[in-house]
Amino acid sequence: MSLVLERRSERSVAIALLSPLLAITLTLLTLTIVFVALGKNPAAALAVYFITPLTDGYSLQEIAVKASPLIMIAVGLALCYRANAWNIGAEGQLLIGAIAGSGLAVMTHGTNPGPWLMPAMLLVGALAGAAYALIPALCKVRFGASEILISLMLVYVAGLLLDYLVRGPWRDPAGFNFPTTAEFDPAATLPLLIAGSRVHAGLILTMIAVVAAAVLLGRTLKGFEIRVVGTAPRAARFAGFNADRLVLTTFAISGALAGLAGIIEVAGPIGRLQPDISPGYGFTAIIVAFLGRLNPLGILASGLFLALTFIGGEQAQIALKLPQDMTGVIQGILLFYVLACDSLILYRIRWRSPQRKALHGPL
Amino acid sequence: MGLFEAILLSIVTASTPLLLAASGELITERAGVLNLGVEGMMLIGAVCGFAGAWATGSTAIGALCGIAAGVALSALFAAAAIGLAINQVAAGLAVTILGTGLAGLIGAPFVGENITAAPHLWLPWLTDIPLIGKLLFGQDALVYLSIGLIAAIAYVLARTRTGLILRAVGDDPASAHALGYNVAAIRTRAVLFGGGCAGLAGAYLTLAYTPFYAPGMTAGRGWIALALVVFASWRPGRLVAGAILFGAVSILQLHAQAIGLGVPSQLMSALPYLATVLVLVLISRVRRGGSVAPAALGTAFVPER
Amino acid sequence: MNKAIMAALVLTASCAGLSVASAQDKPESKPDKLKVGFVYVGPVGDFGWSYQHDQARQAIVKEFGDKVETTYLEKVSEGPDGERSIEQLARAGNKLIFVTSFGYMDSVIKVAKKYPDVKFEHATGYKREPNVSTYAGRFYEGRTIQGTIAAKISKKGVLGYIGSFPVPEVISGINATILAAQKINPNIKVKIVWVNSWFNPGKEADAAKALIDQGADVIMQHTDSAAAVQIANERGIHAFGQDSDMIKFGPKAQLTAIINNWTPYYVSRVKAVMDGNWASQDVWEGLKDKMIQMAPYTNMPDDVKKLAADTEAGIAAGTIKPFACPILDQEGKEVECKGGDQLDDGQIRGMNFYVKGIDDKIPGK
Repeated sequence: MSLVLERRSERSVAIALLSPLLAITLTLLTLTIVFVALGKNPAAALAVYFITPLTDGYSLQEIAVKASPLIMIAVGLALCYRANAWNIGAEGQLLIGAIAGSGLAVMTHGTNPGPWLMPAMLLVGALAGAAYALIPALCKVRFGASEILISLMLVYVAGLLLDYLVRGPWRDPAGFNFPTTAEFDPAATLPLLIAGSRVHAGLILTMIAVVAAAVLLGRTLKGFEIRVVGTAPRAARFAGFNADRLVLTTFAISGALAGLAGIIEVAGPIGRLQPDISPGYGFTAIIVAFLGRLNPLGILASGLFLALTFIGGEQAQIALKLPQDMTGVIQGILLFYVLACDSLILYRIRWRSPQRKALHGPL
Repeated sequence: MGLFEAILLSIVTASTPLLLAASGELITERAGVLNLGVEGMMLIGAVCGFAGAWATGSTAIGALCGIAAGVALSALFAAAAIGLAINQVAAGLAVTILGTGLAGLIGAPFVGENITAAPHLWLPWLTDIPLIGKLLFGQDALVYLSIGLIAAIAYVLARTRTGLILRAVGDDPASAHALGYNVAAIRTRAVLFGGGCAGLAGAYLTLAYTPFYAPGMTAGRGWIALALVVFASWRPGRLVAGAILFGAVSILQLHAQAIGLGVPSQLMSALPYLATVLVLVLISRVRRGGSVAPAALGTAFVPER
Repeated sequence: MNKAIMAALVLTASCAGLSVASAQDKPESKPDKLKVGFVYVGPVGDFGWSYQHDQARQAIVKEFGDKVETTYLEKVSEGPDGERSIEQLARAGNKLIFVTSFGYMDSVIKVAKKYPDVKFEHATGYKREPNVSTYAGRFYEGRTIQGTIAAKISKKGVLGYIGSFPVPEVISGINATILAAQKINPNIKVKIVWVNSWFNPGKEADAAKALIDQGADVIMQHTDSAAAVQIANERGIHAFGQDSDMIKFGPKAQLTAIINNWTPYYVSRVKAVMDGNWASQDVWEGLKDKMIQMAPYTNMPDDVKKLAADTEAGIAAGTIKPFACPILDQEGKEVECKGGDQLDDGQIRGMNFYVKGIDDKIPGK
């Protein structure tokens, strides 16, 4: 007798609605056991991770600031993944976008070039990200090379290029030779939405990206094409959809969004180019995309939720003296449960004994 | 010891963890499963391997602990990606995140602890042969094990029924299923084997490479191992060549610096990654028309009753 | 299935309820305790840079007992997360916050302006505010001792140097080493390998091997792991530890180690806040104030031991100056001597040239 998966004849709507709840319940139960094992009061610990950050304005703002790049990148990745194009190099595209956009800021430093600078930086960042994403996409389309691995390899290359620039040619001449560019001029810095906080104009762009992606996927022919190519490649071929061109398009969009997120981080919260500009946003965004079921609105929710675990993780280090690694464990467990529960939307689990299998035969 | 011989020795050491991890991933991928969690499994193998060796004083027990830890974490992946047909990319990343976090938690008490390195073989006469003596007869046991492992893999894949079934499951799971093979069970075994190898590769770092434990000490080798499998176009022989090439690039760039060639070190560090991209493109281009990858790689298989 | 779903719902609700309830009766810490926060760039268990800062944190707890409560955030990225982490600590009621890496500089200044009643201590930075002090160690003083020992010990006259990143702190360390070594052996050579990381044990081990294979017989490092010391031990040559005493990893190899000893400074700053006389300052301390300490001199003949100890005492007393003029750059041009008979602190802190005798080029220059 064994447990087997069985495809449902249609998606289970009930489970689709309930699976996040089930996943969160399972996560909380598992964490309760973990915290008890660590000798912490589980209720208090869970409250610090998941509830305290929601109870004050500052933490809420910080959640939004942290979630913004994650959501923006994940929205682009979702389009890719929906079309069966596997871009896992968003981190590299983010870095290239940040580098290219910062190039303008560095070149115009001290010249007060006018209000065109900020939009130009954002545009250049997005274009550079798109161009960098097109490298693996073209390799896949032209040569059939794995886009997963090429996009991943290019992450390291981008990181080393950034390192070279800020330690070499772009280094702040007045900065005691430390590896950063000069601080960006006000014209090259994103305006704040709430004075005194870190809530910057990039959040608006993120919201626009979410809405645009939702409309694109749900309401346009391109979105239809993405969905068909992803779910039924053979049907898509009969319909005359060009899967190759779609790989290029979705890679370009996701690269552009990642590049945009990169330049927003640099021109917003950081304010200068330096060796360390992203704590792995491009990789975390992959998780955000899956947690949000590759749906732009779902990603909005999952991005905020994951940001909550980061902020909560810091508060847990402060309040409970829990190690930072705990945050990774929580995120890993959560991700497994969410994915596992979502699997039940498409499949059901059945006990099956060998005898019955024999009776029914291979069909 | 001449410079040439010394460089070769360093390259072997640098290649071994890559070869071990990539060997396991090769089997996993040949069965049609893409497990991106190699880095996480290596880290957990590194810390558990160290813990085992530290507690018992035995490298062998440490290696076994590393293997066990890798298998355990890959079992989680198997349950998710095979048992529940979850997207393999997502499940693999979850393994890496979880493995990194767990390794940090488990490893905290072992920081700053010391163990004796895995002993090196020494045979009278043979090890003393100039140039090749140490290279062939002076390595630690895990180096020989890794070579034996990849030879066994090559044999099994090419010459045995098991290998044939494994490849069938990776290329055409539906037909394999129709022929009466249990695709899920075969794939699960392949994933567990891959996890064991990754765990051992991690343990190699803490038992032989640098015999101590530090957080994050795999430093991206798991990702390189993934690249290697593709680099080798899923062939065991090329995997050995690829591992040596990767090891060689990482060692030679340090030598180039020590000589004072004046090339930016960032460019040197980027070389292995650029080389992978280039080779990926080249091998894919040469074989255009016929795919080199296992046909069902990365896709879940759920039998239609 | 319905039962299972119901059960799940009930559990979720009860967990959430429980959490809210317990969150409300969370005990507040007593106001008379001084809360001290720490931001670490690495994991607390890196056995290197962050580890040494945490040693000092533990020393504070030992020194002041119930009068302090310490908290740390580890593995904080120097990007956008830095500012938030520092602010989280400030918001949690920490009145003194040690921020222990250069990359947080802008973040410290921004947060400090928002929290004028919180004191900040920023390691290795150069921007200050009325509530922001900066502090750093004169690591190059330890390098002068190491250069002296290395030149005595090296039979081949070739030193191997593993660098992390070519920042002034590392460059000045290399120069101090060579200037001291040249006094013993004018023809001393150094081979430099950059690993582009503060902490990557495997790569540090490979770098050590490469240097040894190319003829270096004393290994120096400005990276954080014990890998190089281990390799030196295995190969039967000598090496210096970094950040902490690494003798355990190289009982036959380690000559000495530069130990970052933050304890006296941290204790004094906590005490200053308690006494209400904390003031913004820029501190750059070395052997004299014991911010830099040398691990016991081992694996060397007695005369070298004595020479090392004399050098240490001389630097502490100010009679030996690591960057005494005249200093020639690689082209043989004399470097401007802004500090009278030695380079001034600004020149050392922003050092971006190799001295004569180094047959290499600074990357990115």
